[in-house]
Amino acid sequence: MKKFVLTCLATVAIPAGAVSAAEIRLDGFPDFNNHLDKVIPVFAETRPDITVTYQMNNHGDHHKKLTTNLATGSGAGDIVIVDIGFIGSFIDAGGFENLSDAAYGADALAGRFVDYAWSQGQGADGNQYAIPIDIGPGVMYYRRDVLEAAGLEIGDVIADWDSYIAYGEALKEKGVYLIADAADVASTIIRTTVRPGDGFFFDAKGNSLITSERFVTAFETAKRIRDAGLDGQIGAWTNEWYDGFKDGSVATQLSGAWLLGHLQNWMAPDTAGKWGVSNLPGGVYGAWGGSFLAIPRQAEDKQAAWAFVEFLTGTPEAQLASLRNIGAFPVLKETYADPMFDEPIEFLAGQQARRLFAEIAEKVTAVSPQKGDLIAEDVVINGALLEVLNDGKDVMAALRDAERLVMRRVR
Amino acid sequence: MTDTTLADPANGADISAERLARNRKRAFRRGLMPWLFISPYLILFVVFTAFPLIFSVYLSFQEWNPVTGLSGMRFVGLANYTQAITDPWLWKSLYNTVWLALATGIPQHLIAIPVAYLLVAAFQGAFRHLYTATMFIPFITSTVAISLIFYTIYSANNGILNQWLLALSGVPVIGIVFAWVPEAMPIRWLGSADLLKPAIAMVVIWKYTGFNIVIYSAGFLTVSKDLYDAAKVDGCNGWQQFWYVALPMIRPFIFFALTLTIIGNLQLFEEPFILTAGDSGGVSQAGLTAAYYLYLVGWEWLEMGSAAAISWILFAFIAIATSVHFYFNAREGLEGHN
Repeated sequence: MKKFVLTCLATVAIPAGAVSAAEIRLDGFPDFNNHLDKVIPVFAETRPDITVTYQMNNHGDHHKKLTTNLATGSGAGDIVIVDIGFIGSFIDAGGFENLSDAAYGADALAGRFVDYAWSQGQGADGNQYAIPIDIGPGVMYYRRDVLEAAGLEIGDVIADWDSYIAYGEALKEKGVYLIADAADVASTIIRTTVRPGDGFFFDAKGNSLITSERFVTAFETAKRIRDAGLDGQIGAWTNEWYDGFKDGSVATQLSGAWLLGHLQNWMAPDTAGKWGVSNLPGGVYGAWGGSFLAIPRQAEDKQAAWAFVEFLTGTPEAQLASLRNIGAFPVLKETYADPMFDEPIEFLAGQQARRLFAEIAEKVTAVSPQKGDLIAEDVVINGALLEVLNDGKDVMAALRDAERLVMRRVR
Repeated sequence: MTDTTLADPANGADISAERLARNRKRAFRRGLMPWLFISPYLILFVVFTAFPLIFSVYLSFQEWNPVTGLSGMRFVGLANYTQAITDPWLWKSLYNTVWLALATGIPQHLIAIPVAYLLVAAFQGAFRHLYTATMFIPFITSTVAISLIFYTIYSANNGILNQWLLALSGVPVIGIVFAWVPEAMPIRWLGSADLLKPAIAMVVIWKYTGFNIVIYSAGFLTVSKDLYDAAKVDGCNGWQQFWYVALPMIRPFIFFALTLTIIGNLQLFEEPFILTAGDSGGVSQAGLTAAYYLYLVGWEWLEMGSAAAISWILFAFIAIATSVHFYFNAREGLEGHN
């Protein structure tokens, strides 16, 4: 570990030719502040000429502020954090610096990052506009005690979606829900079975994929779970959701690796040791969330900003610190060799979960973000899926209606 | 005198010209003064009201993703409007808006008028103020806080509303009325398309009735005691005093309160937004109001031009609703003052 840190320090020390004092501000959302508080002093050691400050707003407000900042061409930080959900709308809009430009030379870093995350930061022109800073490998959290009581092994449950549903049926007799919300199963299938080269909702040419087999399967699988009464119909981030984690009335949760931090810190700290983590059912790989750093065109000291972006994303030291500080999973592949990844996680009954997260991260296929993603997300996932699950609307009819709605907006 | 002016016409002209200029300057300054005094308001009005208004008209003819910056605008003519009026979600949201406006507006007044009358008739001084203030509290409490609390009240498995209904179904006599409850559990107030709108309506009624009570209390207080006395002499009972004396006298107040309700209800946003957790209007968009949809298009989908067009359609809609209300109610409501 010590050797590792020293080599890292050496790599960041190279460009430390202090020219003139620069002040840069990073705009983002919590918990990044907890991470920044710890790494800014480290950065200052090698680049004392750059003063870094930050401005945090909550997740939604941050992106609204960024939208107005880009619209008016003023007020944005020198570096901005962009959530994966917004990347598609922001990246081709021309508000961010082209980091593939010789002035930055981001392309040289490409091989060191997890592939799928790196390519999500690329615009339609193939240039890099955003650098990934953390990722959320998709996993399934499950209650070990519930699984044991059912007399099953986790491998039996996650073999495919049928075996997953069969597990749910076994649990139903005991009054335990398979999952909080069947809608999660649908969005998992939609997000993890994308054909290479396609987007989530559109193909590379912008044609809709909303009525394709992938969506039909996703909707039907979720509907099977809902109709059989295997899910709790509990929305995420509600008190009932947390209660399900606390009292063991919900057996599994499909999510990003980051849920671990929430579970052990505040959602269900008393359930330590009762949890396990596994691959997603059906042998699929996907990602939940992830954040990127971009430099707005309007930034004043772009080179100083780039130096800090490189530090945060491209140095193992900062990447490992983010895992330690806020549980944000590193995107820099070389960090995965760190012994930290083999540490057993007590909350997960000693499982070496980070190793699993890293393996999954490297297997996720890239899905290119597209500008209609936000609309499609609202219309298909929040709209059509709910109509099918809660209101019993026909799957194909719901998808066709959603497709029509989306395509008339995505010009 | 005449000599000098004649002898030195140039000088005289000079003097008068100078005086004229001075007068003009003074007049100008005097004319400017009032404008200077009201300029703080004027500047604020131009910057924060007039400019955005005109800008949104301009914007409604453009296609604009705000992220692309001001230069990213593209003129599209009436496309935003034609797209909006053929948009199923816009019609759905307008339908929801009208539904909620009626379902929340009518009960508000039907409750507020009798309550205010009883308050004025039955209580004096401090007591009445205390009661009015109590009922006014929901109105001054943050809508977001209220909506969040109702969100937990409506919660299907742990919500206090469902727990109460369950408890009531166990009570001996009343239980018969609630016999259906255990079977219907858990009732998903916010998770089913049929119940979402009534659930939102309850919150709105609860919040705004107090405001109307205050308006109507003030109204009933303006009714002279002599009128009631005269009515009593003529043999009116309590109900007749209310119906034939008090109610007609407070018409202007009813008119005022109705106008506020119409405009306010057609702009409904926070309650449905929070009760549906910002999830594009809840199941089947049952809670998607026009203002909510406007927000969705502009801020979630980043189509500012389209959002601007929708906002003007919403404006036209409110204007029509208000003018219908004025046409039918204004003469009596304003008692000839219009």
